[in-house]
Amino acid sequence: MRTPLLCLDQLVVELPGRRGPLRVLDGVSLDLAAGEVLGLVGESGAGKSITGAAILGLLEPPARLTEGRVLFDGLPLHTLAPDAMRRLRGRQLAAIFQDAAAALNPLQTVGDMLIETLRAHLPLSPAQARERAVERLAQAGVTAPGERLRQYPHELSGGLRQRVMLALALALEPRLIVADEPTTALDVSLQARVIEHLRDAARLQGVAVLLISHDLGVVAEACDRLAVMYAGRVVEIGPAEAVLHRPAHPYTAGLIAAVPDLQDTRPRLARIPGSMPQPGAWPAGCAFHPRCDRALDRCREESPELALAGWSRVACWQPVAPPPGARP
Amino acid sequence: MIEARALSRRYPWPQPWWARLRQAGPRPGIQAVADLSLDLAEGRTLALVGESGCGKTTVGRMLVGLETPDAGEVRVDGQPLHATLSGPAGPALALRRRLQMVFQDPQGSLDPRWRVGDAVAEPLLEHRLCPPAEVPGRVAALMEAVGLSPDDMPRWPHQFSGGQRQRVSIARALASEPRYLICDEPTSALDVSVQAQVLNLLVDLQAERRLGLLFISHDLAVVRYVADQVAVMYLGRLVEQAPKATLFAMPRHPYTRLLLGAAPDLGLSGRARTPVPGDLPDPMAVPGGCAFHPRCPHAQARCRDEIPAWGPADGGQGDAPVPGLVHRVACHLVADGRL
Repeated sequence: MRTPLLCLDQLVVELPGRRGPLRVLDGVSLDLAAGEVLGLVGESGAGKSITGAAILGLLEPPARLTEGRVLFDGLPLHTLAPDAMRRLRGRQLAAIFQDAAAALNPLQTVGDMLIETLRAHLPLSPAQARERAVERLAQAGVTAPGERLRQYPHELSGGLRQRVMLALALALEPRLIVADEPTTALDVSLQARVIEHLRDAARLQGVAVLLISHDLGVVAEACDRLAVMYAGRVVEIGPAEAVLHRPAHPYTAGLIAAVPDLQDTRPRLARIPGSMPQPGAWPAGCAFHPRCDRALDRCREESPELALAGWSRVACWQPVAPPPGARP
Repeated sequence: MIEARALSRRYPWPQPWWARLRQAGPRPGIQAVADLSLDLAEGRTLALVGESGCGKTTVGRMLVGLETPDAGEVRVDGQPLHATLSGPAGPALALRRRLQMVFQDPQGSLDPRWRVGDAVAEPLLEHRLCPPAEVPGRVAALMEAVGLSPDDMPRWPHQFSGGQRQRVSIARALASEPRYLICDEPTSALDVSVQAQVLNLLVDLQAERRLGLLFISHDLAVVRYVADQVAVMYLGRLVEQAPKATLFAMPRHPYTRLLLGAAPDLGLSGRARTPVPGDLPDPMAVPGGCAFHPRCPHAQARCRDEIPAWGPADGGQGDAPVPGLVHRVACHLVADGRL
């Protein structure tokens, strides 16, 4: 196995609440190697975006990282001063957000944004920076990149804006990209291309990509490994194919069964009863037990830790058994 | 039956008065819907699919009378919809009762200052469907029909999750016992596991109550699960309509094929997604001829100049075994039998 570039160790994020601190992340551990795409999936409120923000040092106060470590190439990010973190975010860490319209500066042209970003971090002349900007736009699949430099974000379509974001994120050749729902606001015909560019960045440039999404279809095709989150914890993590084809956690299995698929001819969709509990209202024991049809007494009392089951690591007292003779 | 015939709707672009004075000819604007006809039969589910900005929401709003078409006509069980709604209150109310709509965002479609039970009771009182004393009982029955508890009636919308709020919206829409239900992206704001619950509910209610359901969505996989028939829209026009099985197995229009090819696949079958080339054009400047021609891999000179006719997919040979379930396409190449 490759040495991890990013290592999350038992992250705990808390929000102040009226009755003591509210946990929104409850001991999240992950690792991510260079050139790898790790998908982080779960429903809203599971803590996916908070995990992404914690890595980038972009947690919005009053949310605070209270326990755990974020190691980036051995560097403890959680101890860095805001200034040092900002320099690192420009150069080595990059972020892509769901809403490209809100993430781009409406008062700057695409060219100004790219050139400013490039020159802030690299010793380039204006002409060199311009050349580099055109190159980056072309790489991200932007058509007529030379003309786009003069345009403002509002003049671009949603798909183009997302690709400009991609070009901005990749402009400085970062080593890690945190992409938070990068395709959610896009139509299907455009999703495929954004995903492809992220994959290429990982494969060809060795960038580590953390792809946060609620859409199992998007992560299925893009990721090497998958981590499934539920109520502030990672409940299952493993090779994408194993997690999707032979899910071991009942929540993962339920989630996959609930997705309508183009190939599928079931008369009814499988459903998980209820919905994800809010932070602060997480049940004792395994947080999933009230929705789980396999819950044991133990699940109500003791919270399971991640342990190897089949090809994945699963936090469950009674994982779903893979069919006999199945191979990953 | 809701019959929509040759509907068009254009939204003029707001302009300063001096520009309006100076300008001759038509004002710039967005042609949201152009010359669109479709039928929605009772007891059937028709899905309207397309990418954002294609005009599918505008069609839904015109079919319930929230929006007036610039041209064309909607008839509901033979009655002209827009003329009746703007006419005397009595017939207008009676007609409105038969059409209901469920919106995408259950946060925005429920009044935060109304208790959920009151929101569901409002149509019963408005349409005087039962004596006031029976209203609470009817509301309780509706809440149960959508999988909520009658105990939830005195609660406020903010006390419910997104999926539960959408159930309340559905209960409210069903209160007036409509014959037709228009659902505009009813599950797009919901999580996957909750989406499955709401979709199952809609499928069950449609079958139980023999509703005519128009299901507007951008998600082909969801559509495959709920619809009998699927209509695909591109930039204001229908490009293909077919029974579900036919559309998914033998799509004819190049746009439908590309959409199906671009849809994400959970099966990890190794099937690569084929990205659709180019972007959705600016709806302010819809390309002439067939609007899809700049992105179409098969486009020919004729496609650039001439808007293709909306016709049977099989060149008129032995079409429509079941009435109302026809396969229609708007494409020159399909009409010529070359695709």
